[in-house]
Amino acid sequence: MTAKKKVAAITANVACAYAMKQIDPDVVPAYPITPQTTIMEEFSNYVADGAVNTRLMRVESEHSAMSAAIGASAAGARVMTATSSQGLALMWEMLYIASALRLPIVMQNVNRALSAPINIHCDHSDSMGARDAGWIQLFSENAQEAYDNTIQAVKIAEDMRVRLPVMVLYDGFIVSHAIDRVELLDDEVVKDFIGDFKPVYSLLDVDNPVTVGPFDSLNGYYFEFKRMQEEVMRRAKSVIIKVGEEFMKVSGRSYGLFETYQIEDAEYVLVLLGSAAGTARVAVDNLRQQGIRIGLLKLRVFRPFPFEEIAKALNSAKIVAVLDRSISPGSQGGPVFQEVCSALYSFDCSPVIVNYIYGLGGREIELAHFFKVVSDLEDLSEKRSKESFVRYLNLRE
Amino acid sequence: MASLKELSKRKEGLVAGHRLCAGCGEGIAVRQVLLAAPRPLVCAVATGCLEVSTTVYPYTSWNCSLIHTAFENAAATISGVEAAFEALKARRKIGEDFHFIAFGGDGATYDIGLQALSGALERRHRFLYVCLDNGAYMNTGIQRSGATPLGAWTTTTPVGKKEPGKLEWRKNLTAIAAAHDGTYVAQTTISHWKDLTQKVEKALSYNGPSFINILAPCPRGWRTKESQTVRIARLAVETCYWPLFEVENGKWQINFQPREKKPIEEWLKLQGRFKHLFKEENRPVIEKIQNYIDTEWEKLLALSSL
Amino acid sequence: MKWDVRRIREWKFYEHPQGATILEAGNSLYYQTGSWRTFRPVWIGEKCTHCLYCFIFCPDAAVKVSKEKIAGFDYEHCKGCGICATECPREAIEMVEEQRESDR
Repeated sequence: MTAKKKVAAITANVACAYAMKQIDPDVVPAYPITPQTTIMEEFSNYVADGAVNTRLMRVESEHSAMSAAIGASAAGARVMTATSSQGLALMWEMLYIASALRLPIVMQNVNRALSAPINIHCDHSDSMGARDAGWIQLFSENAQEAYDNTIQAVKIAEDMRVRLPVMVLYDGFIVSHAIDRVELLDDEVVKDFIGDFKPVYSLLDVDNPVTVGPFDSLNGYYFEFKRMQEEVMRRAKSVIIKVGEEFMKVSGRSYGLFETYQIEDAEYVLVLLGSAAGTARVAVDNLRQQGIRIGLLKLRVFRPFPFEEIAKALNSAKIVAVLDRSISPGSQGGPVFQEVCSALYSFDCSPVIVNYIYGLGGREIELAHFFKVVSDLEDLSEKRSKESFVRYLNLRE
Repeated sequence: MASLKELSKRKEGLVAGHRLCAGCGEGIAVRQVLLAAPRPLVCAVATGCLEVSTTVYPYTSWNCSLIHTAFENAAATISGVEAAFEALKARRKIGEDFHFIAFGGDGATYDIGLQALSGALERRHRFLYVCLDNGAYMNTGIQRSGATPLGAWTTTTPVGKKEPGKLEWRKNLTAIAAAHDGTYVAQTTISHWKDLTQKVEKALSYNGPSFINILAPCPRGWRTKESQTVRIARLAVETCYWPLFEVENGKWQINFQPREKKPIEEWLKLQGRFKHLFKEENRPVIEKIQNYIDTEWEKLLALSSL
Repeated sequence: MKWDVRRIREWKFYEHPQGATILEAGNSLYYQTGSWRTFRPVWIGEKCTHCLYCFIFCPDAAVKVSKEKIAGFDYEHCKGCGICATECPREAIEMVEEQRESDR
């Protein structure tokens, strides 16, 4: 624990820019997009003042931002960037290449809806679309978590057992632009925590020139490389836990794969990720006072998805309601729902599981909506129905 | 400026065992560029013939570090490498001075990668971008690009009853690159190895971005004999289809003035992709090409006298 | 050979270098392209002035040069395009049709 706590009232974007200043990466290629922009504005101030030694590349698109990030990382640099929504979509092609080349790039993605219609407000469709891109995904509820996850992301990505890129996610505007209480670590603590970056291979190794990103022909090895990515993603889970424990020692704040609240004896469990967890927690407190046995499971790590741990945590619940802040047209429910279903099914768990889509394009979610969810669950419970359904919260229908 | 004897004593940058077609102009161009380039060196390559033929895992023909990421972003990728070099050098983690070259075909440069190229030139990274212009998407099977000359047959500008090959003139990419002030820009080709290697040396000694457009004939796509690759490149210069020039500090300079400009027919007739132009009804297309080349040449003469 | 890939077909998925990185520069020399050839360049030493045009115009780096002099061809890699013979100012390179085993 640090002797004296440094506390600031700042937004998540400012907190993340501060984390980046403390990390002092070698290269940051970035392109502005709402609501990510203020991270880069703030970081640009550090560069302009000489507070960091980073080469800040103000590139001409997000595609080039990720391309330059890959080039710099393959050259042995510690690299960070940040984006949102359409920017992430434009990076798509390069996201897969960053992870396949096993480059430990760290990027904040400030969650925002995908066009059309163009909408700058929060939902998770941008990063959910990238869930198969081979990046580790850490979701954050508030500015404190966004700051803490950014610092931990560097250590997770660069762990020799992992060497994968990490996306730090938090809700656009709701978290990115809201002023919050954030405990900041000392620069030295951050520096010691992340340590020095040592590349496995480097384009700038004079004695060992390498070819990065080769062509794989038919009858080649593509399948083996993909299998290996899956393997390291699995390994990443224990590294994420270990880094969380180490972070606890320097910060006093605890991080695991997910966070549970009042689930030990819960009949009903809400599962969600991101800023809505705050409202959900208040809803749980309210309902508990009314004698309803309800709990909350807030996911932090969406990739790798903690199947076994989630199944264990939800096993004794009667009904599980998964709330998704993105939509997957043509599928059975949102992406979080699908993963939780898969976890419960794989480990032969019994709860009934239902899905709510909420908050698309920044649509509000309030206490009343959680109460509506719980009254649905009570109905279901009375009817002893095993019916699974997908419903919409706060939709004009 | 290195002589052939000196060049022959240098380490090959692109070694044998690559799988480019027999007689490929790109192979010649890249060898010449890399023989002229000082070391240590990091290259980037866009997706295309060069990439798929020289980096078939687990074999590479590159004798220096190389990175390939995607099609449209060789300039962005190498700019990241260069930024990493500058950052690590500033932190004293690297001692040697590296040079940086990105290679892309005309599809990767004139078309899909133009934005990334423009961005990297504008940001003034210290690197050389080499466009290997063979006038079509050859790796995917000879489709029309922004570099395909008017009248040329490609698989997406086939010769039909209504259309005699490509209907539009190619874009002047070298001039577009020259519009990025403070960039060393040159156009050259493989037949003029001395011109080519001198330009590479100049580009890599330049403290800023540079761009060289190299005409690299493609026997497969141009429907030419494998043995004629260099001859066809030379004729492109002698007919003024592909003038050799450079732009340095805003000053345009022609590096080769043919004593007598050969008619474009001499160049066209060697290539199967222009075969249909020699039918009576398409004669006006040849005239049109000749007129265009004459106008462009006059423009270049005027620019170089400024 | 700095990086031995002779048994690569047998490697398990976890035995490859991270990210499919190729660890030995210029190792395509171990891959032969000489079998692509239908015509073979034959060097006629007495006509050669060692101008080195064949060296600089070869797409395959298959012209051997030793101490500024032409020293023949690398037939393991030469694809037989014939550019060297076309560009030779002294006709010191002749293209000769390859004999297939079945023709002998």
